Amino acid sequence: MRAALSTLEVARPRDVRHALALLHESVAGERLVPLAGGTDLYVSLNAGVVPGRRFLDLGGLSALRGVRDDRGALEIGALTTFAALREHPAVRRRAPALAAAAATIGAWQVQCRATLGGNIGNASPAGDSLPVLLAHEAIVRLLSVRGARDVAFRELFRGYKDLALEPDEIIGSITLPASGRGPAGARPFFRKVGTRRAQAIAKVSLAGLLRVGRDGRVDAVRVALGSVAPVPVRAARAERVLFGARPSAAVACAARAALLEDVSPIDDIRSDREYRERVAGNLLEQFLRSSDARFAR
Amino acid sequence: MPRATQSPFARQAASATLRPAVGASVPKHEGHDKVTGRALFVDDIRLPDMLHGRTVRSSVPRGLIRRVEFDPAFDWRGVVIADHRDIPGANVVAHILEDQPLLAAREIRHADEAIVLVAHADPERAEAARQAVRVEVEPLEPVLTVEDALAARVKLFGEDNVFKEVRIARGDLAAGFAAAALVVEGVYHSGHQEQLYLENNGMIAERSADGGIVVRGSMQCPYYVHHALQLLLGLPPEKVRVIQTVTGGGFGGKEDYPSMIGGHAALLAWKSGRPVKIVYDRLEDIAATTKRHPARIHVRTGHARDGSLVACEVDVVMDGGAYSTMSPVVLSRGAIHAAGAYRCPNVSIRARAVATNTPPNGAFRGFGVPQTQFAVESHMDRVAARLGLDPLELRRRNAYVVGDVTPTGQLLRESVGALETLERTAVRVHWSEKRRRYARENAAAARAEAAGRVAPGGRRLRRGIGLALSWHGAGFTGSGEKSLQSLAALELAPDGRPRVLVANTEIGQGAATVFSQVVGERLGLPPTEVWIETPDTDRVPNSGPTVASRTTMIVGGLLEQCARALRERLELFAERPLQGGADFRQVAKRFLARRGPLRVERRYQQPSHMEWSDETNRGDAYGCFSYATLAVEVEVDLDTGEVRVLHVTTAQDVGKAIHPVLVTGQIQGGTLQGLGYALLEEVRWKDGRVWNHQLTNYVIPTAVDAPPIDVLIVECPYSGGPFGAKGVGELPMDVPAGAVVSAIAHATGVRLDEIPITPERLLRALARARETP
Amino acid sequence: MSPLVTLSFTLNGRRRRVRVPPMKRLLDVLREDCGLTGTKEGCGEGECGACTVLLNGLAVNSCLVPAAQAEGARVVTVEGLARGRGLTVLQRAFVEGGGTQCGLCTPGILVTAQALLARTKGRVPGEDEVRWALAGNLCRCTGYQKIVDSVRAAARARNGRKDSARAGAGVRADAPKKRRSSTGAARTRAKAGAR
Repeated sequence: MRAALSTLEVARPRDVRHALALLHESVAGERLVPLAGGTDLYVSLNAGVVPGRRFLDLGGLSALRGVRDDRGALEIGALTTFAALREHPAVRRRAPALAAAAATIGAWQVQCRATLGGNIGNASPAGDSLPVLLAHEAIVRLLSVRGARDVAFRELFRGYKDLALEPDEIIGSITLPASGRGPAGARPFFRKVGTRRAQAIAKVSLAGLLRVGRDGRVDAVRVALGSVAPVPVRAARAERVLFGARPSAAVACAARAALLEDVSPIDDIRSDREYRERVAGNLLEQFLRSSDARFAR
Repeated sequence: MPRATQSPFARQAASATLRPAVGASVPKHEGHDKVTGRALFVDDIRLPDMLHGRTVRSSVPRGLIRRVEFDPAFDWRGVVIADHRDIPGANVVAHILEDQPLLAAREIRHADEAIVLVAHADPERAEAARQAVRVEVEPLEPVLTVEDALAARVKLFGEDNVFKEVRIARGDLAAGFAAAALVVEGVYHSGHQEQLYLENNGMIAERSADGGIVVRGSMQCPYYVHHALQLLLGLPPEKVRVIQTVTGGGFGGKEDYPSMIGGHAALLAWKSGRPVKIVYDRLEDIAATTKRHPARIHVRTGHARDGSLVACEVDVVMDGGAYSTMSPVVLSRGAIHAAGAYRCPNVSIRARAVATNTPPNGAFRGFGVPQTQFAVESHMDRVAARLGLDPLELRRRNAYVVGDVTPTGQLLRESVGALETLERTAVRVHWSEKRRRYARENAAAARAEAAGRVAPGGRRLRRGIGLALSWHGAGFTGSGEKSLQSLAALELAPDGRPRVLVANTEIGQGAATVFSQVVGERLGLPPTEVWIETPDTDRVPNSGPTVASRTTMIVGGLLEQCARALRERLELFAERPLQGGADFRQVAKRFLARRGPLRVERRYQQPSHMEWSDETNRGDAYGCFSYATLAVEVEVDLDTGEVRVLHVTTAQDVGKAIHPVLVTGQIQGGTLQGLGYALLEEVRWKDGRVWNHQLTNYVIPTAVDAPPIDVLIVECPYSGGPFGAKGVGELPMDVPAGAVVSAIAHATGVRLDEIPITPERLLRALARARETP
Repeated sequence: MSPLVTLSFTLNGRRRRVRVPPMKRLLDVLREDCGLTGTKEGCGEGECGACTVLLNGLAVNSCLVPAAQAEGARVVTVEGLARGRGLTVLQRAFVEGGGTQCGLCTPGILVTAQALLARTKGRVPGEDEVRWALAGNLCRCTGYQKIVDSVRAAARARNGRKDSARAGAGVRADAPKKRRSSTGAARTRAKAGAR
């Protein structure tokens, strides 16, 4: 442990209001750093990277924990752990891609601690849940002393590890709207390609959703990727190629070409640009042909 | 911990006295302590008044130290500081050449080289002190690759940067190639590998009352540390005491490095007069300690029409890193095995270890052999493909049998299980059938994809099976065992039980259990009745290091002789045969009461037929070799380049399995390290420093990455080993990489000559293969 | 320096109160302040699982848990799996079946496996299920095979003869034997450890 842990302080709020008040007050001076499951924070601290000296422990705020199925919309408390998400019947039913992503985050021990809000708050482009939230067109509820405001997940990322949160805001909940699942019959897809089979960090991940309508044309499509850009990205260009098109190998190929414009991967410690581009394209094609076999012909 | 405590299984074992100890899987000697959390590893030990040491290291790979600055704003009270000027003896870590300093004095030769030591009673303050030391270095141009080292534009060692060159020749190479119907050539590359024992390196040192030093910690070879400390501190042997604590894995990584960290702890203790603990965190351990030598291996073979080898030429270059440390011996072992487990009348092997500005590479399970076996086995697979021959059949035609002669001219007199491991593996795994089935299925999948039919999940998968055959010489190379002069002892403890006195360490592999079995068997006692003394240089003789697959075969053999002698002495005294069990103890106690202490010793004697020349590399390189065949089945994802290992089947000739569960565990564990070596584990470098020095980014296999590993034990007994046993510790590490290359080639038609076969490398190769059919 | 906080929690069934910095790792609290060194550090970044403990019944990496978040919690470490000098059926399986080699990963693996056994009451988890459950516990010695075998052998022993007949197909020749005699006592201990 390279950080001096004994020099760090923790504020332990009684409830959400108290937490927001403490955070708001701290902004004028040394800002409190929100702390949820700690699974990312302690990795940084171990390496000697200290994001702040004072922490706001959200761990005890049970109001921010749990999943509510509200007529098809899933409202997920920010402190809900991935262990809870991967096993929750409503999540498995309404957002199987999220349950699948949850099961790939760290290993069991990490899933028992790591939270959905923390995964967002850490703002890594490799966050495993993030492409799924993008594909589901999730809405993030931000809380502060001024009240709550909802932000489309899509708008949340301003840049690498940079979120559109005010300094005194915390993530309260994440809603996957019923519309986020697309029209009836839309097929969800999630695949993460990591550094090994289990307990891995993503090199490329892709979450998608697709439906071919009665007229034989794609009438719903969403493609989101992780680890291929400074932020999790929606593949807008690829989606435009696909929307309204009749499934064929030629369309898949065109979508793949467009996808390369949507992503901007880099060489880093876990992989390289060339691999990420190739795999992003391959995963897109896999997603397409698994959604509709005509994309392979 | 090989501590002398009563095993919780004593009752059960006592009731089983009629069952022979050898060949039975008795409960692990120190198992109880390890499953209850009672086993004390070095970091679990706290001494009164103890300081925590930290190491200030270089951030550049090469340069000259200009100035060391201690941040004036930092509160230095209570901080002990030591640098090279504080070393009472020689600033050298004793290995083979003694070219490595304990602390860099002027020149920096690799990144993360130790320069200054600090210690404080509070670990947080010690860490802060480390960060408050700034070393100003004038950078020099580093040599970071084998190619640059060989070019020798920048000279790091001698005129050519070659630490050591080994040449081995047999027969007439030119004539062999001239007679060959087929000549095949290939160049193979292998990367660094981190041992990644779960317990990081750690040591505690304290001054002793008699003006000496006591160092305890995680290590394989207490007498190596003992020797190194004498030179560093300028102390006579009797003033240095080294004690092994429970050791959380070594795999070679705790063969030579403990002399370094032990020296650091000792220096701080020497200067401060207080106990000092240094335990690395994972980041430091990966960044600063030794790795497996990367290698570039050129193989050229000539074959008769039926595939039999008629000529073999191998050129090996290994990256030794900044100091020679173990490189000369790693190199020679790698070279001796470089032509594979195959008879060949005409052989030429040249091997060089070169200097670079990377942290010194050292011992790692296999010790040079995994590199050359990966190369030669990949090569044999390529040869089989060229000949249109089943890889199994090619090996059948070439594998050693009794009576063959190795490249060093060693006659294989006995215990050659190569063919048996081949055949048993092939039968168990249904080799020919699977080879055909996977080929058929792959072709069908390719046709289906071309026709636009989609497999479940849209996946595009291919399967393949490959195999490899390897050998591993047990014990030190050549005259090594002779010069080690290992001494083992067995004595009667006051309670009448036998006590094993050896310096060989239990590091997880089961040495303590095996010793207790060997001794118990000869004395007619259950293994739980045998005490194993803690390896402590004040109490145990120097029975040599715990390395080189020598512990069971050499040291176990000495203990077997000790046990026979002890039994004879007691039977002479009792004037009747011993009945074992309670009878043994009674007689022993009577002996102790009437005649006093009883201790027997045995020193290693090389078999009279063995001869070796270090000058010519001719003769008997090892007492014997162990052999293994391994078949691996893989599934390749064509979209991602990911390789999933589905199953491993392996037959390994160990001479005699003294403890079947432990030996199987050694084979399974070594196999998985070998699979990691082949597929996952890659040390990535940035500006001469290890970039991925975190467990998150230097990835080793998890339980999910690991396949089921089916082990078949082959027992071709070796007359020179206890109960026929020969070395097995390293052998399992040698085989997997070649088999993986072969399986991937079978699955995809693409053959990679560089390991690890990361998804990045494989996907690139698959793409290239598509572009250039 | 931050003021110390008083942390009260239940450790292996006993109430403990310690004064510690609030962001100190639970791992260090256990090892330094409570003197239980059975829980190990292998990486400090939640990768290796050697520091696994049960926190309110869930397997967690204690190197990633701030002391403050253990307030009021129930913590079980390897020392709390068995009562007295005896061994649980799981521990016994590891000793006899080759599930422990160097032993550094063993405490964490036993705790994770204990959590798995608690979740799979009345059945023997399949080989894949055990492997996925243990994916957060790295072992460099065993190749995992004997760990997986030991966990499944313990589950069989716990469930008694009925299950062992059903799951018998997966038994390897070298898997731990002699389970029947210890089954009764072991079952009780396993329950105690699962708290």
